Amino acid sequence: MASNSEYVRLVNVTKRFGDVTAVDNLSYNIGKGECFSMLGPSGCGKTTTLRMVAGFEDLSEGEVWVGDNLLSSPKKNHYLPPEKRNFGMVFQAFAVWPHLSVYENVAFPLRIRNIDPAEIDRRTTDALRATNLLKVKDGSPDFLSGGGKQRVALARALAINPDVMLLDEPLSSLDPHLREEMRFEIKDLQQKYGFSIIYVTHDQSEAMALSDRILVMKLGVVQQIDTPLNIYNHPANKFVFSFIGLSNFLQVGNDNGHAAIAGGSTIPKHWAIPDELKGEGVLSLASRPSEIDFVSADEPEAIKGVVTRKAYLGEIIDYQLKMGDQLMRIQKGRRDPGPEVGETAAVKLLRPFWYREND
Amino acid sequence: MDFIHVEGVSKAYADHHVLNELTLDIHKGECFTLLGPSGCGKTVLLRLIAGFEVPDQGKLYIDETLVSDPGEHINVPPENRAIGVVFQDYAVWPHMTVFDNIAYPLKIAKCPKDEIEKRVMEMVDLVAMRGLEKRFPSELSGGQQQRVALARALVAKPNLLLLDEPIANLDANLREEMRFEIKELQRKLGVTVLYVTHDQEIGLAISDRVAIMNNEGVIQQIGTPYEIFEKPVNPFVFSFMGIANFLNVRMENGQYLAGTGSQAVPWEKPENPAGVVDWVAGFRPSDVRISRTPEAGKSLKGIIRRANFLGAMMDYLVEIDGTTLRTNLETHRAISENLLFEAGDECYISFLDLHWFEAEKLKGAILE
Amino acid sequence: MNGTVKNGGSSFGVAQIILFISIAILVIVVAFPVLLIFFNAVWVEDHFEFANALKVLWEEEEIFQALINSLIIAGGTTVGSTIVGTFFAWLVTRTDLPYKSFMKSMFLVPFMLPSFIGALAWKMLLSPNAGFINRFFIENFGFDGPIFNIYTYYGISAVEVMYLFPFVFIQVCGALERMDPTLEESARISGAGLFTITRKITIPLVLPSILSGALLIMLYSMAHFGTVAVLGIENGIYNIPTLIYERIHQSGGSFASIRTGTILATVLVISAALIIWAQRKILGSGHYQIIGGKSFRPMELKLRGLRWPLLIFCFLYIGFTIILPTVVIFLVGGLSTYGLPFTPENLSLDNYKFILFEYQVTKDAIFNSVWLGFVAAIITMFAGVMISYVIVKMKVRGKGILEFLGMLPFSVPGSVIALGVILAWSGQFGINLYNTVWIILVAYIARYMAFSLKANSAALEQVHDSLVEAARSCGATMWQSLRDIVIPLVRPGMFAAFFLIFLPALRELTVSIMLYAPTTRTIGVAIYTLNEDGETVISAALAGIALILIVVGQTIINKMTKKAGE
Repeated sequence: MASNSEYVRLVNVTKRFGDVTAVDNLSYNIGKGECFSMLGPSGCGKTTTLRMVAGFEDLSEGEVWVGDNLLSSPKKNHYLPPEKRNFGMVFQAFAVWPHLSVYENVAFPLRIRNIDPAEIDRRTTDALRATNLLKVKDGSPDFLSGGGKQRVALARALAINPDVMLLDEPLSSLDPHLREEMRFEIKDLQQKYGFSIIYVTHDQSEAMALSDRILVMKLGVVQQIDTPLNIYNHPANKFVFSFIGLSNFLQVGNDNGHAAIAGGSTIPKHWAIPDELKGEGVLSLASRPSEIDFVSADEPEAIKGVVTRKAYLGEIIDYQLKMGDQLMRIQKGRRDPGPEVGETAAVKLLRPFWYREND
Repeated sequence: MDFIHVEGVSKAYADHHVLNELTLDIHKGECFTLLGPSGCGKTVLLRLIAGFEVPDQGKLYIDETLVSDPGEHINVPPENRAIGVVFQDYAVWPHMTVFDNIAYPLKIAKCPKDEIEKRVMEMVDLVAMRGLEKRFPSELSGGQQQRVALARALVAKPNLLLLDEPIANLDANLREEMRFEIKELQRKLGVTVLYVTHDQEIGLAISDRVAIMNNEGVIQQIGTPYEIFEKPVNPFVFSFMGIANFLNVRMENGQYLAGTGSQAVPWEKPENPAGVVDWVAGFRPSDVRISRTPEAGKSLKGIIRRANFLGAMMDYLVEIDGTTLRTNLETHRAISENLLFEAGDECYISFLDLHWFEAEKLKGAILE
Repeated sequence: MNGTVKNGGSSFGVAQIILFISIAILVIVVAFPVLLIFFNAVWVEDHFEFANALKVLWEEEEIFQALINSLIIAGGTTVGSTIVGTFFAWLVTRTDLPYKSFMKSMFLVPFMLPSFIGALAWKMLLSPNAGFINRFFIENFGFDGPIFNIYTYYGISAVEVMYLFPFVFIQVCGALERMDPTLEESARISGAGLFTITRKITIPLVLPSILSGALLIMLYSMAHFGTVAVLGIENGIYNIPTLIYERIHQSGGSFASIRTGTILATVLVISAALIIWAQRKILGSGHYQIIGGKSFRPMELKLRGLRWPLLIFCFLYIGFTIILPTVVIFLVGGLSTYGLPFTPENLSLDNYKFILFEYQVTKDAIFNSVWLGFVAAIITMFAGVMISYVIVKMKVRGKGILEFLGMLPFSVPGSVIALGVILAWSGQFGINLYNTVWIILVAYIARYMAFSLKANSAALEQVHDSLVEAARSCGATMWQSLRDIVIPLVRPGMFAAFFLIFLPALRELTVSIMLYAPTTRTIGVAIYTLNEDGETVISAALAGIALILIVVGQTIINKMTKKAGE
């Protein structure tokens, strides 16, 4: 009996296209009512994974389960077609049908299931109300904005009251300000209906804001699975660090714990290099531009550089520092004091991270 | 006279008046940005200066030469204005190589072959395209195509470079990189730049001076980026330049009370209130400090309605007596200073800066 | 800054001249002849007679019947082509039929084959008494009559379907290939099976493309001369174009026959305008935005047990409609006398040698067609570039007139143009080109202007204004930017326009048949008249030569466009 915390299960899922392994031995579980995001750059295999869950792609190896039902397993020669899986799904390009009214778009999945007409009307109206579409229900979705079309797609996916909702970059085609609004709407709908979400995106702030857990993926291989806060606090490797926000990487030469930025300052002793990296000759020192403070020159924890650029961006001031032959970016609030171009500045990294140079 | 002098210029398309007796000066050697919402007429002004369009009335001078004056039937065609133009859609010619694209202005000017070769390669180096000069545009990325367009616009050493949203089609990372590159090129070559955009961040980042235009094509404020951002002359400029909060405030018995409640806004009262009852307090997320503990007389009590973790930033929606505001805070500070709120938590808000606007005048003046 | 101050109005002069020339070309070549037709249709002696024109249509038995016949044949052809075209398009884009891409190219072959040559072949195969197939069944299986009579509405429509269905096929293929696959996938995840999706989502979404292709066929079939002339006249079935030809041809240009011709031509123009209006409406307002974002391979319907039977069906269809008629043409062309069995001793290349090297009539015809096609294509190509440039790119007052005139060539059928140029160029207005090759040239230019306008404006739309403005800001004058930027970029469109005109002109029949004189026969006219005169084997041999010319020409274009695409 599948437990609530292991509702959707991917077991050793692998997908190959010819010689290319698009998804490599991927396993994870998703709990009932959980919002789970797959995050990665384009071509990392996240969409392929989602399409395997939906049933649009065959698996090369592995199994996909929902509850106690096996959906796909090439080994057992078992494959449930997408129309039998009872998922809701929303696509990037909306995929609402322009020849049907908004109402008929939403009613379509119910009509297919030969439900009693009164029940169809009740559930369609319910889904339209939840997505604020009642006013436009008789029009063609062609006349709606991108956000409106995506609401129709959401309502259509909601109509059958699915246990699992698959969302494939649903907000990428929308204007930035709408994107944020829709994010909250999706979250509200999830709270109201209690479905699980598998959410595919390349936008880290979207994944951070929406998800209970995030899977970071690169070239078909899982890099990290964890809560947003844990991923932010402990990025598992250099790739994850760089993918979830603005980042600086300084190359650091390491000679038995005596570390120095190539061509620049010595690294203060108490920026502890993790034990497992102490033996490495070259390390990468990672930091976020917003997590660096200007300090006085005699501060023992400081490293030094020359300011080569200072740009006033309104809310923030953006600095570029040259350290040896490397560049570092720093962002401070508009009220924080800072040095001018050409001055030597001392900075302190508030949260330094260490990685292997070729991670 | 300034390098560019626009004097009482008007332009209408059919019945739609885009520009109405607009006057503007741009200094020699500066990077000037014309910033406004889409459809406000800023591109029309650029096209008038370039000579692609003819004004209905008014005068246009470039470098003390009268280039457009419909009253006198004067209109210097674009090819005789000694300008460089970069377009939003790159407009590099698909049937020519990178080299031929950049060389074209020199060929038209009948430069000797060896000089063309030398100057084109200089530009190729300047925009970091060495090794790609034999490629065709279809083999280049968007950012590289735009570099070619920049090089082509600059190779003939124009006095004036016109940039029409040149980086709007690039992705976010590239946009950031390119805006610094454009600024760097302008510094190196000393060319006067007119940059047209709707993106306030670019306007702030690269300009010596910025002009803000409203939806009706009227210039609202001209100043340095700092002046525009810190001392907006009206609510339009204020809201256009970044995330703006507007807290409803009502005057009651000489007190300025937030929302529907009874907490007084802890800030100096507006000047010349003249009996106005409904006010709006405008401020940016960075003008707010959020705390778990009250500061007597300096803070307003509120409730966190939504806590949104965005990675490096925490984003909070705070309700104060029926009116809401948004603020944000660096995540590492939220963690280290115990300010990681959850929805429903109580919090206290104090202000670092605040602008008073009359509620009546705000309507329609700001962008939704 | 070199400071030259120019008068703002000077470049306006050039624009005005180009606009004027463009308008003049369209007026002289298309608008004036069409207006003459309208005028002659309703002008009797010295006053307008609208009622009388209608009376002619209603009361003269033969004319009324021709109208009805046109409707029946066009209707049958349209319905048949739409079904055949949609079915094959669906088969090669949405199913797992084997050898799909090969099949797709085979279904496009009828596009380049002239339908009247096909009609000739079918006449040889299925004429009630002499047709090879009918005779075979009568002689071997004791049938007491033909198994199929090609000289009927069914026969005519069936032959037209064979050659016209690609219009629907290509439109529907395009729509299905461009369609965002997530539109179907979202139906699938909603619980719909593939059959339901095809019925409720796919077909409705491509319906505008299907209808637009169908209307194109209707337009073409209404105005089509060749097939009806070859298969219908024998049995007394006339449609509008064949009746116009018959009346004018027989009367040698009497006033009454011209008037009947103009009335019938007016009916054709009005129907064509209606069809084009309907098509634009469907494509404009009703055309859904179904082109989508991320592209994945579209779903394929698994045909399972039907896979191989359907493939065999496709092969049979192609064999029956393309290969069989072609082979018959070449075989008959090799016979010494029509009617002899196809045995090695009866077959030779003598007829082919004869028409290529000895027979003056066919030698003239080949020369005329190549010459006319080439010159018409060159002139129309350049005129088309200029007119498209004004319409697409220039901002000049009075452009609206040109935009309207530019629509005309699309809605004027071939036989109307032929009649129009007869009225305009037979001396009434000072120039008499009748019975010369020039009148055919003028008619070809009018007939193919639409092709040139379409190809060139499509190419010009691709040249964004900013490309030219960039050149201007680089110091280039308007002429320099035309020479260096615009012309190089539209050159592929111009080449396309040239071949789009040259190849169809090689096999033209509808216009030429109305305008030819003894020495100005074209290939199409020669094939048709030789056949009428009973010279069946010579006619078939010439048809064979024409097919070879067309296939070779088409192959060259395909090679060239492929190269240009890379």
